[in-house]
Amino acid sequence: MPTTAPALGDVTASDSTLRRFLHGLPGVDTVGLEARAASLGTRSIKTTAKAYAIDLAISMVDLTTLEGADTPGKVRALGAKAVHPDPTDRTTPSTAAVCVYPDMVATAKDAVAGSGVKVASVATAFPAGRAALDVKLADVRDAVAAGADEIDMVIDRGAFLAGKYMKVYDEITAVKEACGTSARLKVIFETGELSTYDNIRRASWLGMLAGADFIKTSTGKVAVNATPANTLLMLEAVRDFRAQTGVQVGVKPAGGIRTTKDAIKFLVLVNETAGADWLDNHWFRFGASSLLNDLLMQRQKLATGRYSGPDYVTVD
Amino acid sequence: MASASAFEYAPAPESRSVVDIAPSYGLFIDGEFTEAADGKVFKTVSPSTEEVLSEVAQAGAEDVDRAVKAARRAFEKWSALPGSERAKYLFRIARIIQERSRELAVLETLDNGKPIKETRDADLPLVAAHFFYYAGWADKLDHAGFGANPRPLGVAGQVIPWNFPLLMLAWKIAPALATGNTVVLKPAETTPLSALFFADICRQAGLPKGVVNILPGYGDAGAALVEHPDVNKVAFTGSTAVGKAIARQVAGTDKKVTLELGGKGANIVFDDAPIDQAVEGVVTGIFFNQGQVCCAGSRLLVQESIHDELLDSLKRRLSTLRLGDPLDKNTDIGAINSAEQLSRITSLVEQGEAEGAERWSPACELPSSGYWFAPTLFTNVTQAHTIARDEIFGPVLSVLTFRTPDEAVAKANNSQYGLSAGIWTEKGSRILAVASKLRAGVIWSNTFNKFDPTSPFGGYKESGFGREGGRHGLEAYLDV
Amino acid sequence: MSEKTDKTEQQRLSVFKTYKLYVGGKFPRSESGRVYEVTDSKGKWLANAPLSSRKDARDAVVAARKAFGGWSGATAYNRGQILYRVAEMLEGRRDQFVREVADAEGLSKSKAAAVVDAAIDRWVWYAGWTDKIAQVVGGGNPVAGPFFNLSTPEPTGVVTVLAPQESSFLGLVSVIAPVIATGNTVVVIASEKSPLPALSLGEVLATSDLPGGVVNVLSGKTAEIAAPLAAHQDVNAIDLAGADDVLAKELEIAAADNLKRVVRPQAVDYSRTPGIERLTAFLETKTVWHPTGALGASGSSY
Repeated sequence: MPTTAPALGDVTASDSTLRRFLHGLPGVDTVGLEARAASLGTRSIKTTAKAYAIDLAISMVDLTTLEGADTPGKVRALGAKAVHPDPTDRTTPSTAAVCVYPDMVATAKDAVAGSGVKVASVATAFPAGRAALDVKLADVRDAVAAGADEIDMVIDRGAFLAGKYMKVYDEITAVKEACGTSARLKVIFETGELSTYDNIRRASWLGMLAGADFIKTSTGKVAVNATPANTLLMLEAVRDFRAQTGVQVGVKPAGGIRTTKDAIKFLVLVNETAGADWLDNHWFRFGASSLLNDLLMQRQKLATGRYSGPDYVTVD
Repeated sequence: MASASAFEYAPAPESRSVVDIAPSYGLFIDGEFTEAADGKVFKTVSPSTEEVLSEVAQAGAEDVDRAVKAARRAFEKWSALPGSERAKYLFRIARIIQERSRELAVLETLDNGKPIKETRDADLPLVAAHFFYYAGWADKLDHAGFGANPRPLGVAGQVIPWNFPLLMLAWKIAPALATGNTVVLKPAETTPLSALFFADICRQAGLPKGVVNILPGYGDAGAALVEHPDVNKVAFTGSTAVGKAIARQVAGTDKKVTLELGGKGANIVFDDAPIDQAVEGVVTGIFFNQGQVCCAGSRLLVQESIHDELLDSLKRRLSTLRLGDPLDKNTDIGAINSAEQLSRITSLVEQGEAEGAERWSPACELPSSGYWFAPTLFTNVTQAHTIARDEIFGPVLSVLTFRTPDEAVAKANNSQYGLSAGIWTEKGSRILAVASKLRAGVIWSNTFNKFDPTSPFGGYKESGFGREGGRHGLEAYLDV
Repeated sequence: MSEKTDKTEQQRLSVFKTYKLYVGGKFPRSESGRVYEVTDSKGKWLANAPLSSRKDARDAVVAARKAFGGWSGATAYNRGQILYRVAEMLEGRRDQFVREVADAEGLSKSKAAAVVDAAIDRWVWYAGWTDKIAQVVGGGNPVAGPFFNLSTPEPTGVVTVLAPQESSFLGLVSVIAPVIATGNTVVVIASEKSPLPALSLGEVLATSDLPGGVVNVLSGKTAEIAAPLAAHQDVNAIDLAGADDVLAKELEIAAADNLKRVVRPQAVDYSRTPGIERLTAFLETKTVWHPTGALGASGSSY
């Protein structure tokens, strides 16, 4: 079971204390939040700072394939790319992890064996999360047993939107327990379905109280995924949570981040909101697939001074 | 100032080469650049480096007379033009400003010292928008609510400050021309360049000569302009002390006056505020343009129950502000506009310390040349402190506390000024109740320092009178 | 007052009225204890009027400031009802005012009656304005951003009015009604030569549900009373209608000390229906911004 820090005492003692706590969090003004995110988006990151940011971003990618059509061959190729993103330049850092469905965990483990690249598995009836708790937990145990280093669970958005916070909390703690000591838990809120920033802030705290190691925006399967604003808001949450409890939690925006320019702007959000402590792939990830190739092309451009093209990066 | 991090942003300077500053400039009178009658000139320097940017002709009383005469000669034809034609001139000007906005942003940053981020993203877009807005009014004055065929006043004498040189010019010139007046404008002595570039824009737009006259100079030129018997309208933005002097100068005349003066805006943060946005609003409120803003939220009134929490957040946020080269696109805090202003800020801050308030600034290295002041906040401030009453016009925030909404309103209103105020709370009825009781002309609730050409701006009490912007802004230039 | 021709009244000694100031809803004598003679247009003694001092002016400002919060905070509908009530009360005392105006301004009965009728109608006119002016001069501003932005007119505060010297009643009503219609409170200096209609108006106002202090009427030497009021730091505006050019300039200079809003003297035909200039002259425009934003967290990407 997660240990709730003493600073937050008995917030999770009952349904009503939890509700009171979550509803007592400061509200979020939509326009102000988005304006701040946009303003940080105007930072101009050049030369050495850009080189640093590109390598950092590459090292933070959870290289993802979550398709019905995934095959062992596809996953092996993805693993190879995660380990050596740019076969022409071995100084290119590996990505943080590959992210796959539970049945592909074993294949993925093989593919990245010995590299330090982690294997993350989505679980809990991803992406809808509409299954009985037993089924979800079996899904998690399956993935952990197959060697998953990280579990990306989805919360029950229906329960959250119905105000059944304790149910959501209990599910997260149960999944956390199923992760055991070996797997880190990322909790996906599907921010696009929570719909409001107030909800995203509440969900962030709910997830952290329940023991999330990471809080993650989205599945990549709905219309609105990671945005600068929702990521900024979650970065504020982990910053404030650490200030209150001493416990550091990671953040993973996922879905919709496709260009180097975008990724660097997210790193600026991290740098100027949560701070330098989060500028490490232990604490910040990008859930992405096409982003990696753009990072690689930009990396080549910085190294050679020429613009690169898609034929100079691998399609895996 | 940014905390030590592996992610050090490399310098990202905007190119200076987009602007070509001549070694010298004349006065712009009757469509021509001309020397001052007495041949006087003054230097304008870049406040971030103290580099001399150019040498500018310095207007005196004789030049004022020449310019007013030119404006008077131009008035008859200009005011007789169909409104639709005047509109098209203003639309042209707006478009040219958009086309040249990068050049003008760099120029303004050089001459004023404010960050390029602000001139690029705030000043210049607002300047163009202002001309667009008033352009559209020129042929619709019959419908502005001032009766049929409202008449212009004649020659407008306009004196503007150095904090938003081109934007203040736009606020003055756009409504004046739209309503059919002609203009003699004196920019501030520390920031004459963008007004002189505007003269060139008037030339490109084909504006008839004499409609706009630009007289760089000092206070004496401003006083001569206000005093000139053939000026029908005086518009001034600047200090309250000068505003009062102008009000005395025009007493007993028929001159119509609008004054946009100082402020000591209260930014009120209630315990149920959207706290992260409130912190941003407080930072924007006092550090935008180094706090050299008449409507700055220079007094933070925070509910005592969240004082410590808010201050922690605020200090953490201040530590991320980036002070330095104003042309660097990542600079948040630029230079103070002049040595004189810097010494005024310094002396008020010293007074704040002497009176027992607690001073705090983030760790911050100031450049060795130029005029700089670190973002500063004072805690343990009461209404009795000078820094809670006097306008500092710099990056200095005074933090006071309150216990109840009544007390917040009483403290916010306890000022000779009444220009702006901020309210931060998630409770809608409290916003409306507090907003209705605040004696200030612009109230930002859950936001701060927002400007728009359609939105009237101006003060209560000693912050001046008259409104600029919107339909209201027309009244100052019409005989109504 | 004027002698009655009625036989029965001739037989009895009439009761003179002691004219008093109207300050803070009460009827004090001048703090100075002094009065001055008021005569009709032919020089015949009408009454003694209080000769207000600087201290009376100061007390009037205190009363006006005290009344400001309540009056400006009253609903516009309520203010309209009260202004209309003033008209009702005046209508009932029409004969008295016709007499006083005839004496004060040397008018025939019928001309004085026309003036009084116009003054009563003026109250009705402004009564109707209280809840409309905000819609005429205020409104929403279509700013280019996710913000709701509304400008509303608000009363300036305490206004000093130098009532017109010649038009002692209609002129007086024409300068104070617009000031209070919008929620300001007023210290009015009555026509120096003909203060009696103004002082009597105080009696009407006191019985019209108008809160004490909203209108304060002083009589005496205009220049003497006006000087401290023009310089008073707690007065927000001044209407110089009753000042000559020399006095107006002096007062405008003094008024600059706290940047009072100043209405300079101008030629006005008070018999004509006024425009809204006197209403708007003592209004501040307050603009309130608030974010609107989207319904949900659909924040755009970079």
